[in-house]
Amino acid sequence: MNLFTLALAYLRSRLLASVLQVLLLAIGLAAIVVMLLVSTQLADRVERDTRGIDLVVGAKGSPLQLVLSSVFHVDSPTGNIPYAEAMKLSRHPLVKKAIPLALGDTWRGYRIVGTEHALVEHYGASLASGKLWSGEMQAVVGAEAARAGGAGGGPIKLGDTIIGSHGLVDGGAAHDEHPYEVVGILAPTGGVIDRLVLVSVETVWDVHPLPPGAAAAAAAGPPAAAGAAPTPAPKAAAAPARDDGHGHAGHSHARPAAKAGAKPHAHAHAHDHPHDDAPAASRPGGDAAGPGGSAKPAPGRELTALLIQYSSPMAAAQLPRLVNSATAMQAASPAAESVRLNRLVGVGVETLRVFAWVLLVAAGLALFISLYGALSERSRDLAMLRVLGARRGSLLLLLLLEGLLLCAAGGAIGLLAGHALTEWLGRSVPALSQWALTGWTLAPGEGWLVALALLIGAFASMLPAVLAYRTDIAKVLARG
Amino acid sequence: MTRIARRDNLRPMTVLEVNALSHRYGNATVVEMPAWSVAAGEPWLLLGASGSGKTTLLHCLAGILAPTQGSVKVGGTDLATLHGSALDRFRGRHIGLLPQRLHLIDCLSVLDNLLLAQYAAGLPRDAAAARGALEALGLAGRAHERPHRLSFGQQQRVALARALINRPTLVLADEPTSNLDDGNCAAALDLLLDQAGRSGAALVIATHDQRVKGRIERRVELTGGMAVPA
Ligand SMILES: Nc1ncnc2c1ncn2[C@@H]1O[C@H](COP(=O)(O)OP(=O)(O)OP(=O)(O)O)[C@@H](O)[C@H]1O
Ligand SMILES: [Mg+2]
Repeated sequence: MNLFTLALAYLRSRLLASVLQVLLLAIGLAAIVVMLLVSTQLADRVERDTRGIDLVVGAKGSPLQLVLSSVFHVDSPTGNIPYAEAMKLSRHPLVKKAIPLALGDTWRGYRIVGTEHALVEHYGASLASGKLWSGEMQAVVGAEAARAGGAGGGPIKLGDTIIGSHGLVDGGAAHDEHPYEVVGILAPTGGVIDRLVLVSVETVWDVHPLPPGAAAAAAAGPPAAAGAAPTPAPKAAAAPARDDGHGHAGHSHARPAAKAGAKPHAHAHAHDHPHDDAPAASRPGGDAAGPGGSAKPAPGRELTALLIQYSSPMAAAQLPRLVNSATAMQAASPAAESVRLNRLVGVGVETLRVFAWVLLVAAGLALFISLYGALSERSRDLAMLRVLGARRGSLLLLLLLEGLLLCAAGGAIGLLAGHALTEWLGRSVPALSQWALTGWTLAPGEGWLVALALLIGAFASMLPAVLAYRTDIAKVLARG
Repeated sequence: MTRIARRDNLRPMTVLEVNALSHRYGNATVVEMPAWSVAAGEPWLLLGASGSGKTTLLHCLAGILAPTQGSVKVGGTDLATLHGSALDRFRGRHIGLLPQRLHLIDCLSVLDNLLLAQYAAGLPRDAAAARGALEALGLAGRAHERPHRLSFGQQQRVALARALINRPTLVLADEPTSNLDDGNCAAALDLLLDQAGRSGAALVIATHDQRVKGRIERRVELTGGMAVPA
């Protein structure tokens, strides 16, 4: 028997009110924790994933979508861009580094990205085991994808084969006839590359054969038929020249179309890929894909996007304008789009913040009302405590302790619930799972939340505690 | 020294000494008591009609209420010299109060009510002593029940046990029999006298209950606020 057990006994005696107050506070705090965790983790991801990427060039469309799809790998791409044009841009003097991306497939929800070794270098990733891809159908798997993706639930191993499914959302047709061999596994970086499966651009082209029109054009034109390299390689890393014809080996469904290139229309039906949900890198993009082809070099070969680093600050003023006005492509700045994204997310975060504060104020008020309301009914107990020898200060402490105990419980439950909720959101809400949210981390400012919870308790119980301190015991006892 | 000590041993020690006490609420003097002294182990009756100031006087004796004038000494200590928590401590250790409305703490078990009395007085919690006290009052089986589940008579016994648990030298009982029928009245009085006698405490019973009068000779009567030895 002491003040602590006495305070607990009083809290237990009005259990329903106590539980309600704890819940109110816990919900308010949990909302703040979720908000803190989500916004800091998103800001972190945005900062880390956009670092060193000055410009993203892709198909025309929403610039935000372009950045989301090719920098954060969360949205569908805006479309494809002609490989030749991308290569031309990558040789521009204001471009220091240009990394091609060819998207189209996923493996167990992780995106398969056709790119160059430069991407691994750009994200500062290193190999945990194996080597980088050197040929076709070789895949290097990011740390997180590797952890989750092995057969039977275990981590994936070198030499395993993985089969992509078509499209960027789950449930696409499986490319059963195109197994990738895992040749390397990356060490974790905490960045977006952890969730990617990297292959060569050519591999993506292989899996997504040329549509009949483009293939026909390629077959018909003498240079392309001879298997000439589409264009010189980009600066950062050589994109190996490809033999178009070779790319179709094994595509039983695509090959006849390519061979019988003379009548392109007839073969449109022969191409049976369900290109419905998201663009694949080799799908026809605008003019380049029209039957009969265009006069451009290496017609048909396409990329999804190009990640660009400027060679000089001047580029920021010139390059986006150049791309947007002089080409069929679109340039988007990850920094600018991140600001826009933040503004969009900010509305939601702000709403949540107001909601959380309203709950916290309500919790404080409920606690105050409960303690204050119970005071007259408790005044006899308090007076009796004094008769039994308790000091005034003990009564003050007793009521403070009740408020603090409730708020400490609310605080602890709120923090735990906030982390659990964030972890659950990260796992279960598809739109958020791609952001790799986790509840297993502390957000800055959480320590203050504990202090805040206790402060609410102290504030709410201050007046009742002072009134308890000043109880006139003779009056209370005489009243009976 | 020795001689004085021997004399003290022969005469029971004075536990309560009241001198020229009066208490006023506003301008109305509620209670006056010129001089009164109670020795250890003595039972006293404090008689008076309703509104005659019995409760007020008891509160003054317990150090709950500071009298407007005069002094109250308990065990030789003038209560007016004690302030704040010192007075609370003193009361908790030396004075047992049995209030008219028992004021048991309802969110605690019967046993915890006794332990709370020890804790509040700053004494070590002695569960064995508390259980012993409950057993002596026939409440051994109810130690873990809430007070409100007990009968009034049982609750009164718990309150008595609580008043006595810290072995006070002075026990003040306010109308202990007013809610009881004749049988229970006699039993409660027996219990009160017996328990106070066992612990050697002086006992002051404030009452206007005619049934009590025959049992205790020493008495003070409050008539119109003035205390007169009856
Ligand atoms: N806090 C107070 N302020 C003003 N007057 C008071 C206060 N407490 C008691 N009184 C008055 O003092 C008088 C004595 O009250 P007290 O409660 O001491 O009487 P009592 O003898 O105990 O009565 P009862 O037998 O009904 O319990 C009453 O007239 C009462 O109205
Ligand atoms: Mg009274």
